[in-house]
Amino acid sequence: MSQLFANYGRSTDTGRTPAWDEMFAATGGGNEAEQVRPGYADLYEALSHMSQEELRGRADALASSYLAQGVTFDFAGEERPFPLDAIPRIVEASDWARIEAGVAQRVRALEAFLADVYGRQDAVRDGVIPAHVIVSAPGFLRQAAGIEPAGGVRVHVAGIDLIRDQHGDWRVLEDNVRVPSGVSYVISNREVMAQTLPELFARMSIRQVTDYPRKLAAALRASAPPGVEEPTVVVLTPGVFNSAYFEHTLLARLMGVELVEGRDLFCSGGFIWMRTTSGPQKVDVIYRRVDDDFLDPLQFRADSVLGAPGLLNVARAGNVTIANAIGNGVADDKLVYTYVPDLIRYFLHEEPVLPNVETWRLEDPGSLDYVLKNVRDLVVKPVDGSGGKGLVVGDRATPEQLEALKEKVSANPRGWIAQPIIQLSTIPTLVEGGMAPRHSDLRPFAVSGDGDVWVLPGGLTRVALPEGQLVVNSSQGGGSKDTWVVGTRAGEAPTPVVPQPSTRYPQAQGSIHPGHQLGQGDTFDDDDNRLRQQIEHQQQSLGKEA
Amino acid sequence: MLSRVAESLFWMGRYMERADGTARILDIHLQLMLEYPSADEDAACRSLLSIMGVTDMTGPLTSADVATRLATDKTEPASIAYSLVAARENGRRAREIISTELWECFNTTSIALPGSVAPERHHGFFAWVKERSAMAAGIAYTTMNRDEPYQFFMLGQGLERADMTARLLATRDLAGTGGASWTTLLRSCGAYEACLRAYRGKPTAERAAEFLLLDQYFPRSIRFSVNRALNAVHQLDPVPVSSRTGVATGAEWILGQAISRLQYQPIEDVLADLPEAMDKVQESTSAASDAIKERYFPALTLPVWMGEAA
Repeated sequence: MSQLFANYGRSTDTGRTPAWDEMFAATGGGNEAEQVRPGYADLYEALSHMSQEELRGRADALASSYLAQGVTFDFAGEERPFPLDAIPRIVEASDWARIEAGVAQRVRALEAFLADVYGRQDAVRDGVIPAHVIVSAPGFLRQAAGIEPAGGVRVHVAGIDLIRDQHGDWRVLEDNVRVPSGVSYVISNREVMAQTLPELFARMSIRQVTDYPRKLAAALRASAPPGVEEPTVVVLTPGVFNSAYFEHTLLARLMGVELVEGRDLFCSGGFIWMRTTSGPQKVDVIYRRVDDDFLDPLQFRADSVLGAPGLLNVARAGNVTIANAIGNGVADDKLVYTYVPDLIRYFLHEEPVLPNVETWRLEDPGSLDYVLKNVRDLVVKPVDGSGGKGLVVGDRATPEQLEALKEKVSANPRGWIAQPIIQLSTIPTLVEGGMAPRHSDLRPFAVSGDGDVWVLPGGLTRVALPEGQLVVNSSQGGGSKDTWVVGTRAGEAPTPVVPQPSTRYPQAQGSIHPGHQLGQGDTFDDDDNRLRQQIEHQQQSLGKEA
Repeated sequence: MLSRVAESLFWMGRYMERADGTARILDIHLQLMLEYPSADEDAACRSLLSIMGVTDMTGPLTSADVATRLATDKTEPASIAYSLVAARENGRRAREIISTELWECFNTTSIALPGSVAPERHHGFFAWVKERSAMAAGIAYTTMNRDEPYQFFMLGQGLERADMTARLLATRDLAGTGGASWTTLLRSCGAYEACLRAYRGKPTAERAAEFLLLDQYFPRSIRFSVNRALNAVHQLDPVPVSSRTGVATGAEWILGQAISRLQYQPIEDVLADLPEAMDKVQESTSAASDAIKERYFPALTLPVWMGEAA
């Protein structure tokens, strides 16, 4: 019997279906140890030798180590250590196989969708997604049309936010294919956990997260403009005042590349250069952590000093790769999100491995009325908000907030979506009163480069620290947990999850594949391209006959 | 490497050394005030502040005020606290270049900075500052590649050390007191024993002065520090084989002249007007710093965009 979990109870929240607890199958009465889910058994055993005081001491050590390392965030002008909870989240191998397949599938579909949006727009023609949804998405940028990304990759890095519902099923909550952040905490959380709580690692085989910078560097190098043999890769940061500056330095440091600011770059002669102590040096790949809007004052916000004037023209000329590509925002728009399962079926001819959360499109007939009537039972979100910005949880909002929301939603139904209130799964978390269940989500990261989507075995688990809080975000007082994907021992590998084929859209229609677009002018100046087109053409004809 | 990052490394080296030098100078001053109870405290404080480049002084000054201002006042650009925070900020801007150990050293130093220090703890505080600077220098020495970033760091450190030793020697003529004794000056540089050994226990004023100004082997002497900066300049910009003068850059002329002025005249003449000679050294380090800036860190002006005429 462990002292730590003596008072661990389910959320006292009444009126909501109880959340899925990741560690205990059921609580209250009975033998606690018997309720521990199999994946957590080793961890439970290791923790049972520890008192609450001792665990708290270790938690303090975690925090002071983060302070010393400068892994901090700004809280009211004061530097606070990034909150990391001492209890890790565990993902069993079989669960991970599903997540890995689902995330990779999603990224491949979004990649194909982006190629289509900024290319032939077949998905619109075939009625999979309405044109107005695309063109009204704030993240859809006309400037992105005509920029051919090297290797056909636009989503070099993706962060797909997952949750676990009341039944323990994993679902996709949102996609992030613009500038997803948080991976540095995955790496630093693991490092500091291993230093501070080594005994928890004993007996478990946990998959490494240290490969990430190497994979990212390889993907970025692979996406260099054609013909560049030894590409110069840089990370572009808005600067030290950005809240993710720690992440930018960590990635640059672990990839061994320069961390540049906008003012270090300039365009000249169709190329982009950085100012070095030995004169200008050509840059081939920019892993940018600056938003589209600020990237090039000649194309977007004219007052931006965070980007490089002329950058987009250099990209259009094919002389620099911007990663992630500009205009990706159309793919992680929250209204477009509702079409992603169909986009997966259309582009990949597969059934989605991970389901979406049920979502109301407020422009659909009757939807708006339903949502306005039942707003207390729903979560309403702006389509372009990230980090829980602007989100309203119906049963937590005041009547005034709900009225204001209704007004905003009625005025602009395209700008909002509604979802049922889902009880995110809970994980034991050390809070002031002891060990308590707290809601959590998971952001796995995927890297695409060499024609292959790699999913980092792990991810950022975020926990909402206030009791019952359902919005999980570090900008809303959230904490984090180290996420352990349990490795498999020889001979007991989980069955790989293979997506089920989908027949909703006939093969012939979905002829665009990520990696090689047809190009708008259909110029036949390239033999290889021509050959490829002809081969595709033949495949299409065959498909139609079949 | 990026010019912006090179500049950060240069200043990281300078601020680290400046914190150390300021701690040594303040320590001497406070000791002098104890040694000369009859000293004109206000005049001595003004003299000290002007040695440290502070111009804004009002009212009668006490040693306690000056100590607070130069030790822990983060808003005073000449203070130890300001230098340590600035060293950390520059380290943060070069975070991807410096080692994690070096960064953590600057970061934890800056976190541990006390808001104020009681008079009886001043000496302990100065010792701590010297220790942290030595630790940073030691970590840099053992963890950094001997490539450009290291040379910029050493360049900053060398220049600042020459400058700080010059300011330290200027306290020899601190107004209102008998001035710091050569023994005190040697001690504050950790050089007392080294000097005794070098001159077999018979140091005179001239010899002590010579030791701190011109000794080839003592690492805090002005000559040694300038040579270290010169060495970094050479590494960064090797003199081309075709150069018959053997000089490549502006910073090199300036530093070469400064060291020759001290080296090629009798030590008595230098001592005859020590403050003037020390002023010259500071002018040279400042001019060299400007030359380095011009050569390696061209001004990065932010573009300003004009809207189209309505």
